[in-house]
Amino acid sequence: MSPDLVKFIFGRLTWEAIPLHEPILLGTFIVVALGGLTTLGLLTRYKLWGYLWREWLTSVDHKKIGVMYIILAIVMLLRGFADALMMRAQQAMAFGDNAGYLPSSHYDQIFTAHGVIMIFFVAMPLVTGLMNLAVPLQIGARDVAFPFLNNFSFWMTVGGAVTVMLSLFVGEFARTGWLAYPPLSNLAYSPDVGVDYYIWALQIAGVGTTLSGINLVVTIIKMRAPGMSLMKMPVFTWTSLCTNVLIVATFPILTATLALLTADRYLYTNFFTNDFGGNPMMYVNLIWIWGHPEVYILILPAFGVFSEVVSTFCGKRLFGYSSMVYATVVITILSYLVWLHHFFTMGSGASVNSFFGITTMIISIPTGAKIFNWLFTMYRGRIRYEVPMLWTLGFMVTFVIGGMTGVLLAVPPADFVLHNSLFLIAHFHNVIIGGVVFGMFAGITYWFPKAFGFKLDPFWGKVSFWCWLVGFWVAFTPLYVLGLMGVTRRVSRFEDPSLQIWFVIAAIGAVIILGGIVAFIVQIVVSIRNREALRDETGDPWGGRTLEWSTSSPPPAYNFAFTPVVHQLDAWWDMKQRGYGRPTTGFIPIHMPANTGAGVILAGISTVLGFALIWHIWWLAAVSFVALVAAAIAHTFNFKRDYYIPAEEVVRVEDARTEALRSLT
Amino acid sequence: MASHAHALIEADKNRFHMTEEHHPENGTLLGFWIYLMSDCLIFAVLFATYAVLGRSYAAGPSGADLFDLPLVAVNTGLLLFSSITYGFAMLSAQAGRKTPTLVWLAITGLFGLGFLSLELYEFAKLIHEGAGPQRSAFLSSFFTLVGTHGLHVTFGIIWLVTLMVQVGRRGLDEAMKRRLMCLSMFWHFLDVIWIGVFSFVYLLGVL
Repeated sequence: MSPDLVKFIFGRLTWEAIPLHEPILLGTFIVVALGGLTTLGLLTRYKLWGYLWREWLTSVDHKKIGVMYIILAIVMLLRGFADALMMRAQQAMAFGDNAGYLPSSHYDQIFTAHGVIMIFFVAMPLVTGLMNLAVPLQIGARDVAFPFLNNFSFWMTVGGAVTVMLSLFVGEFARTGWLAYPPLSNLAYSPDVGVDYYIWALQIAGVGTTLSGINLVVTIIKMRAPGMSLMKMPVFTWTSLCTNVLIVATFPILTATLALLTADRYLYTNFFTNDFGGNPMMYVNLIWIWGHPEVYILILPAFGVFSEVVSTFCGKRLFGYSSMVYATVVITILSYLVWLHHFFTMGSGASVNSFFGITTMIISIPTGAKIFNWLFTMYRGRIRYEVPMLWTLGFMVTFVIGGMTGVLLAVPPADFVLHNSLFLIAHFHNVIIGGVVFGMFAGITYWFPKAFGFKLDPFWGKVSFWCWLVGFWVAFTPLYVLGLMGVTRRVSRFEDPSLQIWFVIAAIGAVIILGGIVAFIVQIVVSIRNREALRDETGDPWGGRTLEWSTSSPPPAYNFAFTPVVHQLDAWWDMKQRGYGRPTTGFIPIHMPANTGAGVILAGISTVLGFALIWHIWWLAAVSFVALVAAAIAHTFNFKRDYYIPAEEVVRVEDARTEALRSLT
Repeated sequence: MASHAHALIEADKNRFHMTEEHHPENGTLLGFWIYLMSDCLIFAVLFATYAVLGRSYAAGPSGADLFDLPLVAVNTGLLLFSSITYGFAMLSAQAGRKTPTLVWLAITGLFGLGFLSLELYEFAKLIHEGAGPQRSAFLSSFFTLVGTHGLHVTFGIIWLVTLMVQVGRRGLDEAMKRRLMCLSMFWHFLDVIWIGVFSFVYLLGVL
């Protein structure tokens, strides 16, 4: 074939893109390929494809979508954490003449991929997954406002994750750091496909995130059970509302910013170039106008989980509910007014820096109020030290320290010394691991019995908790120390041998965290094997206070046979206190949304489109774009999107539950 | 519905569940409003970018050198008229009259196509004169802002044709009226954005 034809068919994709010459990547690829083939083989062997397609992949049930989000997050956590271990190992050995085992171009891809994966494909799916699982149940709804959109959003997130994973074996990933600042990320300095993988992975996943944000906002505003006024919503629902408002109000900014970078790379425009009037600092401003609210998008739902956990496991209503709500709203608003603290050294002058330093410090006030509310809820409570409560306590200690190092960094003169150092790395891992990760583990342990009908094994949960807590401090205290000594981030090799001991300690900490992750996976396996012993028939294993605990575990597809009526905050607690009797007769047919494969198809085509654009395979890009529009239009011609669960089916499910509850007493 | 439920709760403090079917309010229009506001933020970024880079000519042409105001005025007129005709389509739809609805929608689409043609003519002329999006940061931000609006109009027209086919096949039931309403909001939203573009980019640009 002529070279022109080959170039037309494959764009810039050549055999060179397959990393046969990189033993580490080749090994990883073989392991992943074998694992994938085994999974596919098992699915075929046990004839599970039909079940998987009908019951899960095409499902519009918010509970199943929530579970799938969390599975995606755990898979991606393994990838992101493998990156972390590789970085810790490299930095622990690469001193003086020893160059370590990673060439710098590979090391740069690893720290970029680690950041991108952990934020976009671990933390975000965990947060969205828990919100999907819990929010409709907490507000007494049957599903979300737009069930198909929910399925589509999930698959777009998967499409983004697939694109990132693909970069491991076909081509390479960005070497720019997780926010891809220009001019480094522009064509002049990053001409190859790495940044394009970055852009299209985030754009594909970003569509999903924005749409799921719209979906959950409308769900919370329009679909609450009768009587549940805003100030009677569970705190987790409140923090979810604020998080989704933030998603809707910030992800479009990320989309637009990345689109401008895309224009620079594909159309040779001059937004962020060094010449022809371009301005790279504009990118940095824009991306942090999204980026700072993003950290609150992650932490607010975690705050919500802790609020639910503290009041449940202390057997008290939450102290200062309304101050908790107001604190959440204030944080939501203030999160827009602090972005510049990420680059005080830009040189915007003393007054601008003072403004952003002060707004940053002000955020610690509502956050502090929340900490006190949790402490006062515990005060004189009957505290049960179950696993979710342990995560909460670990969070309170860890997060307060991380918050204080944050206030320290908010002081512009201090930031001039510490910016871009390992102190910063230690700070944001302190709040993201200590806040978001601990919160998500608390939430998973708390709601697992609701989703599956049995509790997680507490022993392995405690092992996981202690490994994470101890491992975190062993891994990141040395980075605080190194940062104070002036060691900068993203360095693959060091000259000064006196620093090495700190990196060795940090690597040991990372291995302890690995123990925490392994213990979590063991916990799930052990719990599935012991599920009969861990089973909960009541639907309310923890003595819960909110509506999700009023239905069975796992809940039926329709969640509630009758829509609950709410009189108070902590509606389920109120019902229990006033001797609520579960209805056993008078069931009626229930109107439900129907499953559809459109989400999988549209997201699949989007992923192909992204791949074609990354590799400049223009014919494939054109074909898949037309296919995408055509498939979307075809979907709008499908007007049969709902069905009724017949009353007999409801009677059958509810009678089975009546029977199960009777056998308990 | 909400007040009905409220009355139920007031009437009986010990009632913990509905016994009849509960229909939450339809959230489509609220959801679409929120989508429009998120789209508005994309334009906000593009406007802000234009505000920052709009005078970075890189020794190339400026707006005063390039913009052809009479052409843009005609263009603006076409788009504003298309909003009025869409309004007439909605009035017919509310009255349940299918044929006038389709006719007004077709006229709206033609105005939209006219707008796009003039915009493409303007772009082609600029690029031909060597004032393409690569020439300077000013032109990059100009083409991106105006072009993104044009892309929205393009999708609006594809959407409009789709809805015309669906109205033709199904008539004007509740679902179709809701869809027409969403496109109506989208179409008027693009008008509002265009007024921003016209004043902020073209009028201020030729000063």
